[in-house]
Amino acid sequence: MPLRHFFLWIISLLVYAFLYIPLIIVVVFSFNDSKLNAEWAGFTFHWYKVLFNNHEMLLAARNSLIIAVSASILATILGTMAGLAIHRYQLKFLPFLAFTPVAMPEILLGVSLLLFFLQVLNLTLGMLSIIIAHTTFCIGFVTIIVRARLQGMDESIFEAARDLGATPWQTFRHITLPLIRSAIIAGALMSFTLSIDDFVITFFTKGVGEPILPIQIYTMIKVAVTPEVNAISTLLMLLTLTLIIIATRFDTSMLKGDSKQPR
Amino acid sequence: MTLLEVRNVTKRFGSFTAVDDVNITIKTGEFFTLLGPSGCGKTTLLRMIAGFDAPDNGQILLDNKDIIDLPPEKRPFHTVFQSYALFSHMTVADNIGFPLKMSGKTSREIKIRVAETLSEVELSSFSHRYPHELSGGQKQRVAFARGLINQPRLLLLDEPLGALDEKLRENMQRELISLQAKANVTFIYVTHAQNEALALSHRIAVMNQGKIEQIDEPSRIYNFPINRFVADFIGKINMLDAQVIEASGYHLKLKVTGLGEVMAPVREHVKIGDQGILAIRPEQVRIDPLGSEVAAKFQLVGKIKDFLYIGDVTTYLIELPNSIRIEALQPNSFPGHAKLFEIGDPVVVSWQEHSAQFLPD
Amino acid sequence: MVLTSFRLPGEFGGLVPIHILSEDANENPGLTIETYQFFFSDFIYFEIFIKSFAVATLTTIICIVMAYPLASLIARSHKKFRHLMIMLVVLPFASNFLIRIYAWMIILGPESTLSHMINSILSFFGIAPVTLLFSPFAVLIGMIYVHLPFMILPLYTNLEQHDPILLDAAQDLGASSWQRFWYVTWPQSLPGIFSGSALVFIPVLGMFAIPDILGGTSDIMIGNLIKDQFLSTRDWPFGSTLSIMLTLMVLVIVGLLSWLARPGTRTI
Repeated sequence: MPLRHFFLWIISLLVYAFLYIPLIIVVVFSFNDSKLNAEWAGFTFHWYKVLFNNHEMLLAARNSLIIAVSASILATILGTMAGLAIHRYQLKFLPFLAFTPVAMPEILLGVSLLLFFLQVLNLTLGMLSIIIAHTTFCIGFVTIIVRARLQGMDESIFEAARDLGATPWQTFRHITLPLIRSAIIAGALMSFTLSIDDFVITFFTKGVGEPILPIQIYTMIKVAVTPEVNAISTLLMLLTLTLIIIATRFDTSMLKGDSKQPR
Repeated sequence: MTLLEVRNVTKRFGSFTAVDDVNITIKTGEFFTLLGPSGCGKTTLLRMIAGFDAPDNGQILLDNKDIIDLPPEKRPFHTVFQSYALFSHMTVADNIGFPLKMSGKTSREIKIRVAETLSEVELSSFSHRYPHELSGGQKQRVAFARGLINQPRLLLLDEPLGALDEKLRENMQRELISLQAKANVTFIYVTHAQNEALALSHRIAVMNQGKIEQIDEPSRIYNFPINRFVADFIGKINMLDAQVIEASGYHLKLKVTGLGEVMAPVREHVKIGDQGILAIRPEQVRIDPLGSEVAAKFQLVGKIKDFLYIGDVTTYLIELPNSIRIEALQPNSFPGHAKLFEIGDPVVVSWQEHSAQFLPD
Repeated sequence: MVLTSFRLPGEFGGLVPIHILSEDANENPGLTIETYQFFFSDFIYFEIFIKSFAVATLTTIICIVMAYPLASLIARSHKKFRHLMIMLVVLPFASNFLIRIYAWMIILGPESTLSHMINSILSFFGIAPVTLLFSPFAVLIGMIYVHLPFMILPLYTNLEQHDPILLDAAQDLGASSWQRFWYVTWPQSLPGIFSGSALVFIPVLGMFAIPDILGGTSDIMIGNLIKDQFLSTRDWPFGSTLSIMLTLMVLVIVGLLSWLARPGTRTI
C-alpha cells in the first residue's frame, strides 16, 4: 500500500471517529449511575425508568410520531408527483419552487411558515400547522431523490413501453413505478427522519399546547441537563437505526444504489 | 402491396429542419433502410413513424389510413432501440412477454408464447436472468424477440447493431435477414453504416440534411448513385471535375480538368455545358505495367504514388498528368504477394467507358 | 394535468410565505424604511452579519478539508464497501440534530475528560485554563459536526464519477501524484465542492440552535437575531427585515455557486 493511501486511511478513520465518538458518549452516559455527564460511576437503567415515568415526554414522543408519519406520507406523495412532473415536462420553474425550501436556511422557512399560518391562513398553531410545515420542507427532498433516479434512466425504456402497447398509465404502473420504487421508499424514509429530527421549523410553528419531542429535548438541554436526555437520545437513535435497517431489508437496492441499473 | 406511406412529412426543431418534405412508400415484407450520416434526420423520421414525435406537416398512412393521431401504443409497430431499452427490473421472460401482457393476453398464453420465442432465439436458459446479466449480443436478441413476439405489422430498428463489435455484428446481420424472412415482418432499418445497409436491405433511402437523396436497390445505389453526395457517401469513388461538351445518342463527351476529353454513358436531363463530376469506383480502374496491351479505349499513363495493403485487396494511389490523382483497387488473389507494383512504377490506367459516370452538380 | 393540480398546494406552502414576508415589510410603508434604517444605524447588527459570514466560511473550508480525504477514499474503494462506508457517514446524520449538539455539550463541558486534558496541557505551559463550552470554538465544532455529511456526500458523488483512465493518462504523460491531484482530480471535483459548499454554507448562515446551545452570550448569529425578533421581542417587521437581508445573502451565494458550477466546469 503506498504511503499516500495509508495517510488517506488514517485521516478517514479520524473523520469517522469524529462522527461517531460524540454519539457513543451519549449512549454510554445514558447508562451511567451519576447525575453528572463527566465520569463513569457504574451501570444503571435508572435514567430509562425516569424517562418512562415522564408522561409529558411520552406524550411528546407520540405527537412527534403522528407528525412524522403524516408529514412523510404527504410529502412522499406530493414529492413523487413533483419529481415525475419535473422530469416528464422538463419544467424549468418547478425545480426552483420545490428545491427552495431545501436550499434556504431552515430559519427562513420557519419564519415564513409562521407568518403564513398566522397572517394568511389564520390557523391556530398546533399539530396541524406542524404537519403542514414538515410536509413543505420534506417535499423538496423527495422530489430531488425521485428526479435524480429518473434522470439516471435511459429515456428510451419509457418510449419502448409505449411502443410495445402500454398506455401511459400502464407505462407508469409497470415501468416507471417499479423503477423508482426504491427512490420513493428512500424519500419516505428520509422525510420521516427529517421530520422526527426537525427542531428549527417545529420551534417556529409549534403551538403552546401539545408537547413535541425536539422541543422537550431542547428545553431539557437549555434548562437542566440530566442523563435523562442521554436516555431519550439513545432511544431515538435506536429508532432511526431500526428504520434504516428495515428499509434496507425491504429494498436492498437502496444499499446497492444504482448498481443494478445498467448505465 | 403498399404497407406504409410517408407523404410530404416535415419536422422542424426550432429553426432547424430535421426532416424536409420526405416521401417514402414501403411495401409489405420489405427490408427498407434509411441510410445517412448522423444528423441527417433518419432517426427523427423513424420516431415519427413509431409515433414518438408528430410531424409538423404531412401524413403517415398505414393501409391508406392516416395514423398521425394514433399514440405509439395504438400503432401496430414495434421499435428496437439502439440502447435496446430493456426493462432493467424485469427478467428476460418478462421483457419478452411485456407486449402480450399489455394487449391483455392471459398469463398462460403469455407463458407459452414466451417459451416458444425464447427457444427460437436460443435464450431458453436465460429466461430468469435480468438484462444486466446478459452480454451485448444476448440483449440484442432479447430486444428483437420482444419486438417481434406479437407479430407487429412493422418493426422499426434504430441502429440496433451499433453497440456490437464487428465480428458479432456480421453474425447478427445474417441472423437479422433470416429473422425477417421467418417472422415475415416488414422492417424499417436506420443506420449510418453503408456496408450494413448494402448487405441487409431490399431497398435503401439515402438521406442527407433532412431530404431523401435517392431510393433504390442496394446494387443500383452503389453502381448508379444519383448525385455527388450519394456517390461519395456509399463506398469509395474517384471524383474528377468535368463539364459536358457533347451529348449524342448513348454517349456524353466530357472535358475533365487536367485529363482532357473523356467519354461517359449518357444520362437523363444532362445537356451541353453542365458542370459536374466524372465518378468512377476504384475497383473499376484497371492498372497494367507500362507497355502491356490494354483493350480499353480510354487509357492514361501514370505513376504509382502510394499504396495501402489491407489483406484481401491493395489500394494504389496513382498520379496522372497535371497532378491529378486516382485510386485503383486490385484484389490480392496471388498469395505471397503484398503488391504487384512498387512506388514510382510507371503504369497504364484504364477503365471501360460504361463504368464511369457523369454526375451533374 | 392531474399531477399539477395535486402538487400545487404543497409547493404553494413552500414559496409563497417568502413572498408574503416581503409584503409584510411593505404593509406599513413608514415602518419599512425605518426598520432598514434601524438595521444600518446600529453597527452591532452589521457586525453580527459579518461574524455569521465568517463562521459559515470557516465551517465550509474545514468541512472541505475533512471531507475530501474521506470522500476520495470511499470513491476509490471496492464497490462492495462503498455503500457501507457511505452509510456509515449518513448514519450519525440520521440521529436527532439536538442530540448531536448535546453530545458536544458533554464532550466540551467543564468537567469532561477533554477539558481536563487540554487545561492540564495549557497549565504545563503556564497558560490560564480555558472553558471550551459556551465559546466560539464550541460553536464552530458544532457547526462542522452537524454539516460534515452534507459536504462528504456530494463530493463523493462527484469523485465516484471520475474516470480512473484520466489519472492513468496523466501519469503516463509524466504527472506526479500531486500534479495528478491538482490538475486532474481537483478541477473535476469542483462541482462537487460547490454543491457541498452550498449545502454547508447556507444552513450555517441561518443557524440559531447551535450558537444558542453551545455558544456564549456574545456568540449570537443572524439566526439568533431573527429568532429573538419573532419569538421574544415580537418585533415582526424588524425580524422580517433581517430575514430578507438573509434571503438576499443566500440568493447571492446560491447564484454565485451555481454560476461557478455551470457547464465548462462540469464533469461528464
